[in-house]
Amino acid sequence: MEPFSEHTGLVAPLDRSNVDTDAIIPKQFLKSVKRTGFGPYLFDEWRYTDRGEPGMDCTHRPRNPDFVLNQERYEGATVLLTRDNFGCGSSREHAPWALKDYGFRAIVAPSFADIFYSNCFKNGLLPVVLDGGVVEQLFQEVEAEPGYRLTIDLPAQQVVTPRGERFLFEVDPFRKRMLLEGLDEIGVTLEEQSEAIQAYEQRRKQEAPWLFPEP
Amino acid sequence: MTGRTLYDKLWDSHVVTEYGDGSALLYIDRQLLHEVTSPQAFEGLRLAGRKPWRVASNLAVTDHNVPTTDRSEPVTDPVSRVQIETLDRNCADFGVLEFGMRDPRQGIVHVVGPEQGTTLPGMTLVCGDSHTSTHGALGTLAFGVGTSEVEHVLATQTLVQKKARSMLIRVDGQLGRGVTAKDIILAIIGRIGTAGGTGYAIEYGGEAIRNLSMEGRMTICNMSIEAGARAGMVAVDDTTIDYVRGRPNAPTGTLWEQAEAQWRQLVSDPDAVFDREVVLHADEIEPQVSWGTSPEMVAPVNGRVPNPFEEEDPVKARSMGRALEYMGLEPGTALTEIPLDKIFIGSCTNARLEDLREAAAVVRGRRVAESIRQALVVPGSGLVKLQAEAEGLDRIFREAGFEWREPGCSMCLGMNPDRLEPGERCASTSNRNFEGRQGQGGRTHLASPAMVAAAAVHGHFVDIRD
Ligand code: SF4
Repeated sequence: MEPFSEHTGLVAPLDRSNVDTDAIIPKQFLKSVKRTGFGPYLFDEWRYTDRGEPGMDCTHRPRNPDFVLNQERYEGATVLLTRDNFGCGSSREHAPWALKDYGFRAIVAPSFADIFYSNCFKNGLLPVVLDGGVVEQLFQEVEAEPGYRLTIDLPAQQVVTPRGERFLFEVDPFRKRMLLEGLDEIGVTLEEQSEAIQAYEQRRKQEAPWLFPEP
Repeated sequence: MTGRTLYDKLWDSHVVTEYGDGSALLYIDRQLLHEVTSPQAFEGLRLAGRKPWRVASNLAVTDHNVPTTDRSEPVTDPVSRVQIETLDRNCADFGVLEFGMRDPRQGIVHVVGPEQGTTLPGMTLVCGDSHTSTHGALGTLAFGVGTSEVEHVLATQTLVQKKARSMLIRVDGQLGRGVTAKDIILAIIGRIGTAGGTGYAIEYGGEAIRNLSMEGRMTICNMSIEAGARAGMVAVDDTTIDYVRGRPNAPTGTLWEQAEAQWRQLVSDPDAVFDREVVLHADEIEPQVSWGTSPEMVAPVNGRVPNPFEEEDPVKARSMGRALEYMGLEPGTALTEIPLDKIFIGSCTNARLEDLREAAAVVRGRRVAESIRQALVVPGSGLVKLQAEAEGLDRIFREAGFEWREPGCSMCLGMNPDRLEPGERCASTSNRNFEGRQGQGGRTHLASPAMVAAAAVHGHFVDIRD
């Protein structure tokens, strides 16, 4: 996994709450058996005015000029600023894959849906929860100031505005470590926990043998 | 020491290692797999040269992509076919038991698990699908995971999880006539909102929940995710035990006795404290219909489409306005006056036997309205379908003008050919009314099987209590 330490990037404001995973990456693209290549189809139904199909070349598709990512000033954005309950709906990891593939490295919102939130960490994409009032302030600053960039400092757990204002955010120590070091979580679990897992299984087989039927 | 909640008990009995920051390595007893969220996980195993930790703990089915028409025909959509064949190949390569497209036990993963006794009380169970919360109805800690977590469970039989806060949703009293489990859960989501359960594990309790059948409880737990909660659960009681007894993968003999004794402990202690409690009164719940593009946008069937200008919260008012525009609705319209184009009875929320029976009871001897372009019944599994046919339900539906299909997710999300066309409006027993969910530009109204069946007959929603 690509590690994440500190990142400074252009901010795109997506002013909607409850953005669901069907909106982030519509289901027809879930038929892919790969982890990559979803970026061109991110927010497909909002971004384009025709119907997107997997494998389509998106360079000449008709764009919806009203959609925020189609506005020139947000081209190359790497930080997405959005509203409550981002990523609600399905468990599809295709949603963070698409955001990452598009170029986003961090998402700032007042709240995220649980499964989406944990899926982000597995893919080097950092979801940052800030207070609703702060998010509102950032929305106003982004809109007022073309080229507005935020710095996301994971070691210090801070979001830094161009004027140097700093906002603290929370992140679990375990997830932080995985992200900072870009670790393969499965490798870490196998290396550090194999014996504990086997010991658990031995004990559990005594307590609840029906959970371990012979195949 | 204060008492423990059901969630505490399920959590505690599965902790392998505490990490000291509120997270722990949890042992996972069962994993269910399907074709959409597993290919990249198997590929990851292969690339790292890893093997499943305990291969017999996994069960795979194809459900999201499969056509619901004649199964003896090959899958025509080449992309879907690749995904289905990839699951077949991965299961063969890694030795995972799979119910393939032509197996009579095939069906929607969340219908199949409980039906087979693959889901048992007291387990931890995961699946790369958010409606895994369904299985919590059996007193199971069940939640949806992403593909990286699917791979983690395949490789290690564990997951790193942070313990959620606990919420009790109590539904006191008795439901009125014509009001079902689906109406309860829609009313709950209408009350607490789609983010109301975020960060919580929900336990449903109270007289109205205890009076529900196992299938009704599954409907409720299924939509926990629409309330924002990764897991929903119901304590074990006689209904649970009676449901599990005799299932193909349930224990038997002395093992059964031992298991049953343990399962009976799977209730919250009387003095257990929840982080949040919500109380609803069953007799106040009316049949529900969703009007917007989020499951919290619901109203009683006799209600009207609300007016965004009367909403005080500006962010909410904006999303209401957007929803009405997408849904093509005017504020103040009575929900019973909205003409429908399509009918869908199916999905892991409402495609079990009782759901089909309830819907069939409404359509018996009647006809689908002329104005309805298509009315589908898609049973939740092959075994549900067989049983329904044995009871003659298929004939009732067919004679009324419904299409009787093969099991799968179908028009719940339209990854197969069953979908809405732009602008089409559907009464659906599924769980999500998001923009484009049932097909790009499609408009979804969620309701119970009986309400959707009645809507099919009238061409618009009606109050089934009338
Ligand atoms: S029926 Fe719908 S909600 Fe259920 S698993 Fe299938 S697609 Fe998901």
